[in-house]
Amino acid sequence: MRIVRAMSKRNKRINWNLVLLLFIFSLFILSPAFAQEDTLPPSPPTDVMAKDTPNDAGGSITITWKKSADDGAGKNNVTGYLIYRSEEGDRGYKEIGQVAKGSKEFTDGNTKDKINYYYKIKAVNKSGLFSFSEPSPPATSKAQWFSSGRKNTLIAALILGGLILYFISQARAGKELFIRKIAGLDAVDDAVGRATEMGKKILYIPGTQDMDNVQTIAGVTILSRVAKITAEYETPLEVPVSRSLVMVTCREVVKEAYASAGRPDAFKENMVHYLTDDQFGYAAGVDGLILREKPATIFYQGAFYAESLIMAETGNSIGAIQIAGTAMPAQIPFFFASCDYTLIGEELFAASAYLSKEPKLLGSLKGQDIGKAIILLMLTAGILFITTGLWRGFDSLFIVQ
Amino acid sequence: MRREIPLILTATVGIVYIISFFIPHRPFGSVETLFSDWILIIAAFAIWLGALNLLRVSADKIYRKKKDWFYALVTILSFFLIAIIGFFFSRGSHFQDVGTSFDYLYRNVYNPLSATMFAILAFFVASASYRAFRARSWEATLLLLAAFFVMLGRVPIGDMISGFLPENIRLSEVATFIMNIPQSAGQRAIMIGIGLGIISTALRLILGIERTYLGGD
Repeated sequence: MRIVRAMSKRNKRINWNLVLLLFIFSLFILSPAFAQEDTLPPSPPTDVMAKDTPNDAGGSITITWKKSADDGAGKNNVTGYLIYRSEEGDRGYKEIGQVAKGSKEFTDGNTKDKINYYYKIKAVNKSGLFSFSEPSPPATSKAQWFSSGRKNTLIAALILGGLILYFISQARAGKELFIRKIAGLDAVDDAVGRATEMGKKILYIPGTQDMDNVQTIAGVTILSRVAKITAEYETPLEVPVSRSLVMVTCREVVKEAYASAGRPDAFKENMVHYLTDDQFGYAAGVDGLILREKPATIFYQGAFYAESLIMAETGNSIGAIQIAGTAMPAQIPFFFASCDYTLIGEELFAASAYLSKEPKLLGSLKGQDIGKAIILLMLTAGILFITTGLWRGFDSLFIVQ
Repeated sequence: MRREIPLILTATVGIVYIISFFIPHRPFGSVETLFSDWILIIAAFAIWLGALNLLRVSADKIYRKKKDWFYALVTILSFFLIAIIGFFFSRGSHFQDVGTSFDYLYRNVYNPLSATMFAILAFFVASASYRAFRARSWEATLLLLAAFFVMLGRVPIGDMISGFLPENIRLSEVATFIMNIPQSAGQRAIMIGIGLGIISTALRLILGIERTYLGGD
């Protein structure tokens, strides 16, 4: 009886092993390794054309072709294309690059200008079989003197530039220009005054980017005005910065401002000091300063990223008056929620002109405003033309390459 | 000359940059890369100015025993610790490789500290939102409503509670509409203003009308 039970158990085991073996075998049968190999090469790419890459500094040819009939269709076994180049046409082809299946273009960025190049495209399939296209007609690379895709940008820049220059000349001639009030900039004097009355410090944060950022430059110009007032009121000023070049520039600006206010003796080099280039390290440093020193007024003027809210909320928690200004669209809502005044985008760039009231600078603001009116007009015209179908191609006028 | 040379440099670089945008031909086409390289080189040297300033200001705080001078001491010690370990105990130029002492400090000290600061942002977003979304005026109420729909529409519960509504007015769709239409329109308006502001500022700098960044008016 025991022997019979053991036999039946073994049979069961053998059956399971058989099932397992069959399963593994079927996997092998279905696997690509066992798939039938291609014995014929793929169809070659056709219509290979080569031409100078437009709007560049030369040294580049763009090659285009029609895909192999077996790429995405037919036997659908093309794995990629290899690009070959020759200077002779009928021989001397060398591989210069490869692209994946489905590609129809390759840019050869390693050509010498004024030399004829011929190109062939090799389609390769899964079995390693291949076929060459016919060679392309000769092509030469050359540098262009004008980027034709940027014609519209040039026209827009000339119109805007012309407007700005015109209004600058008008302002120079003594014409009165109306500039709307900017609450955030009107509040600068009051904010400094408040710190003076409280006998507390003013903290000025000129953004977290370097001097090659135009927002930092705008922040530094506002610092000049703030420093002049602090010099006049004898209010302590501290400018912690996150870039060495910004430190040097801010120091120079503050020094000059103190000198022009007749208080060069009140200027101390350590007013402007470096913390760190690191984004959150800087935020931590500024937060520490805010919590320890408890300044009465804090300015945030320049380019900011995620650290904006960390600093502004800490400033808010100590009850400081805060005036922010940035052209980073994602940070504007944060400043808006945490600060008393926020200069939105263009207002940051207008600050220098607004605060100095210098006619030449005010003229540039006026030109900027007229430019905005023209853009508004274009937008309205675009909405009308596209919606009514009067001029479907209107939007293509504004595409920049 | 102290003013003139920087003004000439600014004008030259600015004009060459503009020309290179429209004329790809040599030498203009390659100046952008050239100037970017120069900026990198200058910034690399300038980093020492910042580092030395940090050390000087911190040392001064310790020497004068100013308020909270202990933090200045931590700054100086941390500065030298990471610099010495990076320069001398982290396989030379391979200091950034995985497994070096510098890498250990980077992963286990620097990264957690940075992540902590970033994480604090979540709490600040909550406190700022609480203040911003109080219905004090008509505009603030509108902002509150928009925020309510967007926040609710971005989480699964939004669609769950509005599941009985036709698909195109469920909360997720309302949130998408608010973000894609009114929000985008507002943001683009700000972007146009910023673009014009940048052009105007650039022109002022190139023409030498704006000189404040050189010190003085």
